[in-house]
Amino acid sequence: MTTNKPTPLVEMRDISIAFGGIRAVDHVSVDLHPGEVVGLLGHNGAGKSTLIKCLSGAYHADSGQILINGKPVTINNPRDARAQNIETIYQTLALADNLTASANLFLGRELITGAGFVDDAQMEAETRKIMGRLNPNFRKFNVPVSALSGGQRQSVAIARAVYFNAKILIMDEPTAALGPQETQMVAELIQELKAQGLGIFLIEHDIHNVMKLCDRASVMKNGQLVGTVNIADVTDEDILGMIIMGKKPAKAA
Amino acid sequence: MTDAASNSPKSEHKPQSEAKRSLLQTLEVDTRLLGMIGAFLVICLSFQFWTGIRAMPVFVPNPLEWLSAGRFFVPQNTFNITIQTVSVAIMAAGMVFVIVMRHIDLSVGSLLALCSSVMAVFQTQIMPNTFGFGLEHPLTAPLSVLVGILTGVIVGSFQGWLIGYQRIPSFIVTLGGLLIWSRVAYFIAGGQTVGPLDGTFLMLGGTNGTIGVTASWILGAIAAAGAVYGLIKSRRARAGHGFPVKPVWAEAALSAIAVAAILGFVALLNSNEVPTARLRRLFAARGETMPEGYTEFYGIPISVLLLLIVALVLTVMSSRTRLGRYIYATGGNPDAAELSGINTRLLTVKVFGLMGGLCGISAAVASARLSNHSLDLGSLDELRVIAAAVIGGTALAGGMGTVYGAILGALIMQSLQSGMAMVGVDAPFQNIVVGMVLVLAVWIDIQYRKRTGV
Ligand SMILES: Nc1ncnc2c1ncn2[C@@H]1O[C@H](COP(=O)(O)OP(=O)(O)OP(=O)(O)O)[C@@H](O)[C@H]1O
Ligand SMILES: [Mg+2]
Repeated sequence: MTTNKPTPLVEMRDISIAFGGIRAVDHVSVDLHPGEVVGLLGHNGAGKSTLIKCLSGAYHADSGQILINGKPVTINNPRDARAQNIETIYQTLALADNLTASANLFLGRELITGAGFVDDAQMEAETRKIMGRLNPNFRKFNVPVSALSGGQRQSVAIARAVYFNAKILIMDEPTAALGPQETQMVAELIQELKAQGLGIFLIEHDIHNVMKLCDRASVMKNGQLVGTVNIADVTDEDILGMIIMGKKPAKAA
Repeated sequence: MTDAASNSPKSEHKPQSEAKRSLLQTLEVDTRLLGMIGAFLVICLSFQFWTGIRAMPVFVPNPLEWLSAGRFFVPQNTFNITIQTVSVAIMAAGMVFVIVMRHIDLSVGSLLALCSSVMAVFQTQIMPNTFGFGLEHPLTAPLSVLVGILTGVIVGSFQGWLIGYQRIPSFIVTLGGLLIWSRVAYFIAGGQTVGPLDGTFLMLGGTNGTIGVTASWILGAIAAAGAVYGLIKSRRARAGHGFPVKPVWAEAALSAIAVAAILGFVALLNSNEVPTARLRRLFAARGETMPEGYTEFYGIPISVLLLLIVALVLTVMSSRTRLGRYIYATGGNPDAAELSGINTRLLTVKVFGLMGGLCGISAAVASARLSNHSLDLGSLDELRVIAAAVIGGTALAGGMGTVYGAILGALIMQSLQSGMAMVGVDAPFQNIVVGMVLVLAVWIDIQYRKRTGV
């Protein structure tokens, strides 16, 4: 479904980044089209999180290029990424434990009253609205998020991405902390956002979810790209082979 | 979480079971604050009894007698304690933000000395010699205070820059500051006490500058009205969005408590009589003689007013502005704050700059209270300030703390110290007690957090 689209939404070209001596990401190129879910796969420490952190502004690539809608952009910090409508749901839930759900949802982009003060009531109202859609069982609006369960925290992080109209969504193991029901909720949400035309990078270890949710998958091993395949053209064994052996199946795109 | 498969079990955070709504929950008051107020009252009562027993010529086994004979809770003593608290309390209010950001500032006492020496030398030497404005020129006091605050902001921001941008731990930077600034202050002051200071400047010290009874009542009334208005307004805002609000009686009770507390405080300060000898001197200075039976009361000291303004501004900043929100977010999770696009390095500079500015204000109050710049001004203040913030519920782990808590902490410490001095506890033993109270307060806080799960 992605073969003949002219310009990708995101193109990361030849990205490299090293920490000390470790080449965490080594000349990796991936791309993403609107309405597409691209899985990033690989064993622990393969460099998946590091790669997408270059896109979300948490890290700055040593070399390589990032293009959004065909235009080269510089992303030096998370603010730059947000300005490009890139939202990230981090593996290590980036929430401030001591603040409420709405304070976290709006962190860095608070709603402001006419007098220039943070408008907590308005922000809580918006939070209630969006949570009503994403996670209707959510009730804990007035307590710090440290009092929330893993799934509830995750839904706050997802709500943040959805609320601010992300065009490019990065999800780093969004279901790692979730029970089956919440995982299902996230899966449905991904389908819905995809239908709205968002491009989604999904880092996911569960091969089952990958086969179900992704259109393409890029597999990394030891910082390098093993290859990118169309999910429709491969079996889960093929993908496991790529992850474990680092070998690209013959028939893959 | 990294190694966990995607179907790993749900993390063990379980939602707290909904407890029955007690009276306190309905009122939505801060139970930790109540605890601190309770502790404060216990301290006051103990000293009231103790001083009462000591004041009796013969021991009477009647607690009511002790209470009425007590010397602790009398207008003059409460007035003095309030005045003595101001300098440490102003700095403790700023220390809250430093600690919330997971930093520490050991240099505040030293920086206070530096600001004080700059202000003293500025008004006694630089102003007269360079600009030809002597002491008692109307511009002397405001310009001196400005220069003092500026000194604090610049030094504080510089320390903040070293911490935020150069990534040197705050403990190290401010430990260096502790050693450096007090010595710099020593050289600026030429190794001696600098004084006398400007008369208007001295009004910041406490007894020498009070606003009188009428103005105090007017201010108290305005503050009480403001508190009630604020409660109503925030209720309206919540109700307007259809959120649950407290029952009206709870809201009314809170308003009544707020009004009573404000007016009670004013009444307390207003009941302290100016000593007759002092009044005579004041009249004599104006070339008049004091009418027989003339009395006057102090009212709110300007220094206390200053503290209240600082407390109000910082409380609003912490709870109602982006700056405050970012400080707490950074303390709660620095990575999350950074990933949310908050410039945490610049924020560090701002927080330490603010701390420095507050040291400047405190320096003005402290040197005005002593009516000159003395060399040991501010020494060991860093410990008092940190202790006040911590007793007031600021968690050294970061992310948690309130301005009013820190001020209450400063008040508790000063009450302990004054009370012990009154009942004749030796200075070394006073330190032992204060040290034990500090550790005890933190222990209680940890137990409290364990129980309530916050
Ligand atoms: N900030 C850092 N400093 C030093 N080394 C790092 C840093 N971040 C990542 N690395 C290293 O880079 C490599 C890639 O890490 P990364 O977090 O990208 O792996 P991952 O593919 O996301 O793994 P996982 O599936 O476990 O999340 C690892 O060897 C890791 O140790
Ligand atoms: Mg990772």
